[in-house]
Amino acid sequence: MTTSSTPTDAPLPAPGAAPLVEMRGIRVAFGGVHAVEDVTVTLNAGEVVGLVGGNGAGKSTLIRTLSGAHPADSGQILIDGQPVTISNPRDAKALGIETIYQTLALADNIDAAGNVFLGRELRSRMGSLDAAAMESATRKVMGRLNPRFKNFKTSVKSLSGGQRQSVAIARAIHFNARILIMDEPTAALGPAETAQVRELVAQLKAEGLGIFLISHDIHDVFDLADRITVMLQGRLVGTVDKEQVTQDEVLAMIIMGKHPGEVTQKDIAALH
Amino acid sequence: MTQSPGVVSSPAPEPQSRSVRSLLSSFEVDTRLLGMIGALAVIWVFFNIVSGGSFITPRNLYNLSVQSASVAIMATGMVLIIVSRNIDLSVGSMLGFLGYTMVMIQAVWIPSALGFEQPYTWIIALAAGIALGALIGGFQGVLVAYGGIPAFIVTLGGLLVWRGLIFRYAQGQTISPLDTTFRMLGGGPEASLGATGSWIIGGLMCVGIVYTLIAGRQRRRRYEFPVRPMWAEAAIGIVGCLAVLVAVWVANAYPWPEQLARDYAAAHGIAWPEGGLVIPVGIAYPVLIMIGVGLVVTYMATRRRFGRYVYAIGGNPDAAELGGINVRRTITGTFVLMGILCAVSAAVQTARLNAAVTNLGVSIELDVISAAVIGGTSFSGGIGTIPGAILGAVVMQSLRSGMLLLNVDSPTQDIVVGSVLVIAVGFDAFLHRRSAR
Repeated sequence: MTTSSTPTDAPLPAPGAAPLVEMRGIRVAFGGVHAVEDVTVTLNAGEVVGLVGGNGAGKSTLIRTLSGAHPADSGQILIDGQPVTISNPRDAKALGIETIYQTLALADNIDAAGNVFLGRELRSRMGSLDAAAMESATRKVMGRLNPRFKNFKTSVKSLSGGQRQSVAIARAIHFNARILIMDEPTAALGPAETAQVRELVAQLKAEGLGIFLISHDIHDVFDLADRITVMLQGRLVGTVDKEQVTQDEVLAMIIMGKHPGEVTQKDIAALH
Repeated sequence: MTQSPGVVSSPAPEPQSRSVRSLLSSFEVDTRLLGMIGALAVIWVFFNIVSGGSFITPRNLYNLSVQSASVAIMATGMVLIIVSRNIDLSVGSMLGFLGYTMVMIQAVWIPSALGFEQPYTWIIALAAGIALGALIGGFQGVLVAYGGIPAFIVTLGGLLVWRGLIFRYAQGQTISPLDTTFRMLGGGPEASLGATGSWIIGGLMCVGIVYTLIAGRQRRRRYEFPVRPMWAEAAIGIVGCLAVLVAVWVANAYPWPEQLARDYAAAHGIAWPEGGLVIPVGIAYPVLIMIGVGLVVTYMATRRRFGRYVYAIGGNPDAAELGGINVRRTITGTFVLMGILCAVSAAVQTARLNAAVTNLGVSIELDVISAAVIGGTSFSGGIGTIPGAILGAVVMQSLRSGMLLLNVDSPTQDIVVGSVLVIAVGFDAFLHRRSAR
């Protein structure tokens, strides 16, 4: 990743109090299209930051620069105040960044344990795959996420949407992530499973993880997030403290790109 | 059903609803593979009846095993190529090119520099062939994985280039004879294990089967996982060992041809006995090589990271990339392996012919791909097994050799083999769709 000294208006972190993640002046272009244009966001330990915006706002693209799926064209990523280079998913994982993709990114033809450990297989001393150890660890983490899960022998193709989601989440939390990215984690889930995911987010947050939560569901975001970052057409509209805004104000940011102070009664009426 | 104390067993099927399916599920064996073994049995019995009992004979089965070996060796590598959503059309030309090179080394280059029949000639020729195979395969793999050129195109180019190179430097000549030791790789009565050796190998394989079952069971119990019921475990072990021992017995039931035995007796000062000298042939070396290759590639496919990554890439390339897998290196690896296996197969084929001919391996890529596909390898990626591909090679060869026995002409053979290929894959797709719903 190329780094540039893009001037940002983000406050410099006080020494010793650097945020867990700081993404500064991130730009990503596909051909001539600026998918993400000079976006700066921060995430603290034990915090959930909701990332919202309409379709094509650039949320997923922004977050893919952090997960290593698609490196930024320019900008800087700092972890604990230290600049880091994330050019592929391995780099991100080595930094404790785990991602639950909207597509789940599961290899359908492989079983649950194989997917949880994909790319990080446990091996015996001879270097062969330690299937039993992986299955054992997977049983433990699945027991925490989805106690009724029993399909350890079949490929994940034959699992239900909720079970597949559990496998993707298990993969993200098993490796003691410090930073968790959840891209639409409840989009494919029923009400009971959604409640389970919400509970999990609260629990992980209490354990001190920093979580980026991407969602189009503003209720989800209001329930779970501490701060809300809004993007519109690849640009940052702003980041607000959940306690200080209403859902209508956030909607106005998402749709009109207006900050809470600029929103008029007429705008609110137009939203409904 | 016996259950070991303290072990959670998989839910026992209701006694009254115990169907064939649930019986099979307690064995946890690949039903697809069982189906193929069944199909193979049908083919064998059919040809045996139609040919008036000359198909299922030790001699014919021995020849079948030797003829299947070289395609089966390459098919194991082709499985991994196809599983990761690629294809290698160049294996026939690579086989020809590598075979030609190995023969040149042992029949021309080493003899002209150091003399004929050096003790190390065979190993130098073989090692050079394998290294060159890895290099050529790796080169094609790099073009596919890093160059972004579709595998179909790269290997179609390879098919033409490697074949063209043979003609360029062989100029139509057949090169012969090969080093005596090297020729042992090709099989034949003198290049087989004999009775004792075959029984030893068979015994070792039985020990291996039993050990694998016991070790796997102990491992699962240590982690308190569900295990197969004991009777199923025992049945698998017994059936596996029996199959091995029957195969050895059949191989040993094929005696040396009389003339060869007479020469042997004369050379070793053995008086020719009344009823003739019976020397069992046993397992042919190329078959032994095929078994070894099958075991090694199966191990790589199922128990190593490399194989896991190959299957993950085939199942979902994006997921593999996001999981941090080095997709390009893995793809390159599959082509390197394919090149090595082409060299091994080329050694077997040239040794059997005792010559290198310019059209060695022409259109064998179609047999190799067919073997993998009949063996259950799916072109949509992610699915395929090594034992399946080996069985697929045996099925293909059984059809060809059976028809040859019945004096079916070569065009008709092609029509039958082509139809069987399409029907087998169509039937598989049909079963797959039905089980998916």
